[in-house]
Amino acid sequence: MGDVSIFLQHLTNGISLGSLYALIAIGYTMVYGILRLINFAHGDIFMLGVYLTYYGVVYTALPWWLVFLLAPVLTGLIGILLERVAYKPLRGSARITILISAIGASFLLQNLGIVIFGGRPRAFPVPQMLNRVIRLGGVSINIVTFIIPAVTILLLIALTYFTTRTKTGLAMRALSKDYETASLMGIDINKIISITFFMGSFLAAIGGILWGSRYPQLMPLMGSMPGLKSFIAAVVGGIGNITGAVMGGFILGLGEIMLVAFLPRLSGYRDAFAFVLLIIILLVKPSGLMGDKVTEKV
Amino acid sequence: MLKIENLHMRFGGVVACNNFNAEIEKGQIVGLIGPNGAGKTTIFNVITGVYRPTAGQIIFSPTGKEQHPLAGLSPDTIAKLGVCRTFQNIRLFGELSVLENVFIGNHLRVKSDVFSTVLRLPHYVAEEKKLYEKSLYLLEKIGLQDTRDEKASSLPYGMQRRLEIARALATNPTLLLLDEPAAGMNPQETRELIQFIREIKQEFDLTIFLIEHHMDVIMEISEKIYVLDHGVLIAEGNPHEIQSNEKVVEAYLGVG
Repeated sequence: MGDVSIFLQHLTNGISLGSLYALIAIGYTMVYGILRLINFAHGDIFMLGVYLTYYGVVYTALPWWLVFLLAPVLTGLIGILLERVAYKPLRGSARITILISAIGASFLLQNLGIVIFGGRPRAFPVPQMLNRVIRLGGVSINIVTFIIPAVTILLLIALTYFTTRTKTGLAMRALSKDYETASLMGIDINKIISITFFMGSFLAAIGGILWGSRYPQLMPLMGSMPGLKSFIAAVVGGIGNITGAVMGGFILGLGEIMLVAFLPRLSGYRDAFAFVLLIIILLVKPSGLMGDKVTEKV
Repeated sequence: MLKIENLHMRFGGVVACNNFNAEIEKGQIVGLIGPNGAGKTTIFNVITGVYRPTAGQIIFSPTGKEQHPLAGLSPDTIAKLGVCRTFQNIRLFGELSVLENVFIGNHLRVKSDVFSTVLRLPHYVAEEKKLYEKSLYLLEKIGLQDTRDEKASSLPYGMQRRLEIARALATNPTLLLLDEPAAGMNPQETRELIQFIREIKQEFDLTIFLIEHHMDVIMEISEKIYVLDHGVLIAEGNPHEIQSNEKVVEAYLGVG
């Protein structure tokens, strides 16, 4: 009995962590789908989302739930700005050039974070409502552990609806297949790219808020490890594919938690798990679990 | 409708188009022919904004009143003005369904903004319904209404060509550019295509500029023909004049 409940506790923890990876991975995969660019600054956008929320809750009189809504919107706008400043001027350049710009943007945001927010860790103001522990059977679980997957699922449904049922979503899918033809059919590429960055950054910020509610310690470099792992999740799932990114996120989250839970001696290798998984997937199925066959455009 | 003046297009040292002039009037079907590599598709790419011309002007005046210089505009802006095209090598969105491909073409005629889309305000829903019906109508027109949910890439070749035309029509063009619409078609399909082009021209009140290698197609439907060789205009005139033009024969057959 005890074993089962402990397993269930690990399972919920794994699903919850996996949801967070999934939310961030979607941003990577959407941007890649459209620009063929790994947006390495995405993890730092996630960090900005958490800090914006922190400042909103601590320094303004706004109710926390409003901040939780406004901060992602603001983060989304920062995402648009990032694309305008760091990627748009390089559109049409070699992919490696834009990639380096992305790495540069990432360092810039991290260091800007240290300058502006300070290097000292801060405590995320978790609302009382989310910070309750409930006891189920023999185990106690923080309520946020349940909220995270629930929010993720709701957002996924909304996103699926958006990409399959709305015209902007359709334009996005068309753009990811053939840039030039899409624009010749009257699709405003810049607008769609902006919307894509907005959505990716918005989801990353939501992921950040949930992350902060679960691991309430803020640091300007906090985005890099979740960012890298979510990137791996996107690759494992097949980069460019939203369903794949979500799958990859869950695989990574569950795998990580289960590794620590059942092989405690290896718990120091917790972060290594993601990278080993990346190496294996690149060796065995480089296009990822849900990825298309690789057809390099020349 | 369309006036091209002294158009030059250079890629590095290669001159793809040298001092090209053409004029297309409303309601005409105009042909553009020439041997492989003569620069025909380049001219289409310049008109639609894929390339910015090195020199020269392209004036588009859909109603005869206002004049839009096209050079330097982005492809989607040009499409919004009413110029749309098909491709020599079919470029459908293969992963999307047949209906979605046509729907994409409708995209730029949508007036609703993001908010009314997300909130599904009544005028958006009404607009979407109208566009949906129009897409279905276009599919019916090309005889693809029964395959609307299939992937575009699963269609047979001739049907893909027609779907490309339908997608272009969905953008509500006044000037339609067809890049080798009969490529790879057998004589029967070619005859049907000629009929089809005439029908849509009538129904949608189009002006058509087409590149074609099938001489029977070009000669049958064009009112005026431009002949290009190595980026230079070597002849223009009606089909009868072109057929008897020595330079044209030379360009195609080489000097004996």
